[in-house]
Amino acid sequence: MATLKINGEQKTFEAPDDMPLLWVLRDVLGMTGTKFGCGIAQCGACTVHIDGKPVRSCLLPVGAVRDRAVTTIEGVGASSAGAKVQKAWLDLEVIQCGYCQSGQIMSAAALLAATPNPDDSDIDAAMAGNICRCGTYVRIRAAIKRAASEQS
Amino acid sequence: MGVANKLPGRPSRRHLLTGGLAGGFLLAFHLPVRAANEPVPMAYANEGPFAPNAFIRIDTTGKTTLVMPQVEMGQGIYTAVAMILAEELDADYAQVTLQHAPPNDKLYANPIFGLQATGGSTSVRAFWLPLRKAGAGGRALLVQAAAQQWQVEPASCTTSNGQVIHAASDRKLAYGALAEAAGKLTPPGDVPLKDPKNFTLIGKPLKRFDTPDKTNGKVVYGIDAMLPGMKFATLAQCPVFGGKVGKVDDSAARKVPGVQKVVVLDDLVAVIGDHMWAAKKGLDALVITWNEGPNAKISSQDIWDDLRVASAKDGVVAKSTGDIAKGLATGDRVGASYELPFLAHATMEPLNCTVQFKPDGCEIWTGTQIMARVQSEAAKAAGLPVEKVTVNNHLIGGGFGRRLEPDMVVAAVRVAKQVDGPVKVVWTREEDIQHDVYRPVYRDTISASLSGGKIVGWKYRVAGSSILARWLPPAFQNGIDIDAVDAAVDMPYDIPNFRVEYVRAEPPAVPTGFWRGVGPNNNVFAIECFMDELARKVGKDPIAFRRDMLGKAPRLQAALDLVAEKSNWGQALPARVGRGVSAQPAFGSFIATVVEAEVDEQGEVRLRRVTSAVDTGIAVNPDTIAAQLQGGLIFGLTAALYGEITIDKGRVQQSNFNNYRMLRIDEVPQIDVHVIKSGEAPGGIGETGATAGPPALRNAIYAATGVALRRLPIDRDLLAGRKKS
Repeated sequence: MATLKINGEQKTFEAPDDMPLLWVLRDVLGMTGTKFGCGIAQCGACTVHIDGKPVRSCLLPVGAVRDRAVTTIEGVGASSAGAKVQKAWLDLEVIQCGYCQSGQIMSAAALLAATPNPDDSDIDAAMAGNICRCGTYVRIRAAIKRAASEQS
Repeated sequence: MGVANKLPGRPSRRHLLTGGLAGGFLLAFHLPVRAANEPVPMAYANEGPFAPNAFIRIDTTGKTTLVMPQVEMGQGIYTAVAMILAEELDADYAQVTLQHAPPNDKLYANPIFGLQATGGSTSVRAFWLPLRKAGAGGRALLVQAAAQQWQVEPASCTTSNGQVIHAASDRKLAYGALAEAAGKLTPPGDVPLKDPKNFTLIGKPLKRFDTPDKTNGKVVYGIDAMLPGMKFATLAQCPVFGGKVGKVDDSAARKVPGVQKVVVLDDLVAVIGDHMWAAKKGLDALVITWNEGPNAKISSQDIWDDLRVASAKDGVVAKSTGDIAKGLATGDRVGASYELPFLAHATMEPLNCTVQFKPDGCEIWTGTQIMARVQSEAAKAAGLPVEKVTVNNHLIGGGFGRRLEPDMVVAAVRVAKQVDGPVKVVWTREEDIQHDVYRPVYRDTISASLSGGKIVGWKYRVAGSSILARWLPPAFQNGIDIDAVDAAVDMPYDIPNFRVEYVRAEPPAVPTGFWRGVGPNNNVFAIECFMDELARKVGKDPIAFRRDMLGKAPRLQAALDLVAEKSNWGQALPARVGRGVSAQPAFGSFIATVVEAEVDEQGEVRLRRVTSAVDTGIAVNPDTIAAQLQGGLIFGLTAALYGEITIDKGRVQQSNFNNYRMLRIDEVPQIDVHVIKSGEAPGGIGETGATAGPPALRNAIYAATGVALRRLPIDRDLLAGRKKS
């Protein structure tokens, strides 16, 4: 049996150590908010936070997580940065199909937590790993700036 | 196939779509369809006693459930449909909830296709009047119920925000309180619709229904379906199109922890596991020998050679006006050919389908643009009558035409037949890209003649696959694919001698399907690129050259004027930077776009700014229209900059986002969309940007470098002078 701390809760499950965290979340724990997009860390749809840092869960073996804190889209709203990002995403109606947006929101929340007032180059660097096929990038950029301007 | 005119029980033939809407699809295409506001069998009316038609249910608490005939894949249609229905119903918008429609080609057919399909930027165009009539019809019944109760004339009552009001006696009744009584009344015939000036919802940038749950992980796409006891599967199809399974050695795969079963069918192998990881590791451990078949010899070069030969022959005449021989013999003759590559859809949600066989039938969970066809194709694959197949549709993580096909459902049903209990089949990204139904290769050949600075003859020949001939055979008539020539036959420019031909040329082996922008994607590109070459030939500014020939298209002319102003057209730019324009009347919307781009010495292209002006008629939700156009432009520009699927030895050479590239946020500039106020009937919007972006970008490159690109994706070697065209 393995244990992970996910969104502040201890979760116990059975999975081989080499199994990527993505599939533990989705198929073992039933937490389907984190998305499978490419399986090779090219699209960012599977982004979660490990100790607050954005990580592509499709290539992260669950055995490598150990006792570090995992945050997923289901729990990111508990942080100030996460809540501000979620609100800005709705205020500016960023989302279209939404499939990539769990990953976009996780990347944006990690950016704001580390860099409260990001400029365009900070946004480019933090968000370029997240593909959006619907092309919501213009609004993502605006929403990150909106979230940054909200006082917590 | 759920083709409309073969379905039983259809009432009189109705030609819903008549003139006044641009877009060849709409003009040319008339299939019979059942009236959208016919009374519903009570079996569907389980959300309240008041169910006046297929779209509206109100319960006694006033909760208003609106049934969505079109699927939500990000384009905002759920919100638009709800706004249109609620507008004419005068519903309490705060009490509205939405429901996916069940598969039913009779009740929920898209009037343009005659079947339950979402595509072609048709949703608002097709349902604009049917939904308004459904809303108004529902409202009339609620008014009648209140008037009967109050013993007053219905005409003396008004409605607002989910209430019937009798101002003279200061009485009000909520729709919920009237639901029982109104549910017993007979639906009226056509009732008057609102004057658009009295709209209270339509035209406002209202918030979307589908987005809150997309911010917190609660949204459930098809790929998120979870069932007790579910197994997880992934599959491999022969890398060569049409190839079959030869031999499978599964001894190593069976030893992978969590692998439950290996399913071998004639054309695919699936591994069933306790989770996707086991299935994937198991699949990787299989040793499969494929019988690759005759297609293993085919390469992109063969396909292009064939297409070039085919496109040199005369085609079937799709449209002819004036005297083309005389026109082409007048003035200076110019010609060019344009070529577009195969493209994959690469929806962010990979293909997937969950299936459970039960003693009395089969249940399916997926996200599809074509509900009823999925049900009928699944039934065939399952060997069951259609009514024994239940389809649960979901919000869709990207469609772009890929989910207008039922192939993923058919494959999953065939796999699930071999499995006890529910199984979710998920395609890897590699399988998704290598077994797509591709946007066809096209070659467009144009001859034109110029006299006095204007075009006097225009002969345009499209050569390429007919998707409609396979997908909707009744629409393919007399050798003409009305989608393949869409936006070519109804080109906006005023040209006296004009001819459009179509050559059906099916690529060997490679399956072809609809891709965001469909026929206009190809034709607008070729037309708008050539327009720039002609403008240069006569020494005119590209916008001025177009403008002079748009006398019969004032809405497009106005869009062109607006985009010229907003993009600072004509103002000086640095070296190697150019502005390019495109103008299109496609999908019933009139759009002019300017792309500003820079080309460096290495031939790399950087987008600097994109500006569009759009007249889409009445803008149901202007915020959605801006978002769709922005996103569509990025979709099209992605294809123009990077998109190409190539074939070698019968196999697709691209496999994932590392070699089938997408535009990323750091490559995307400011994109401004200006929505022109209009009282015309709504046009389509979902695909327009995908069509508008590529020619505007190509023309910007032409302006910046003088290099006239005639193929997509853009060739950086040509731009850097490393090779000659």
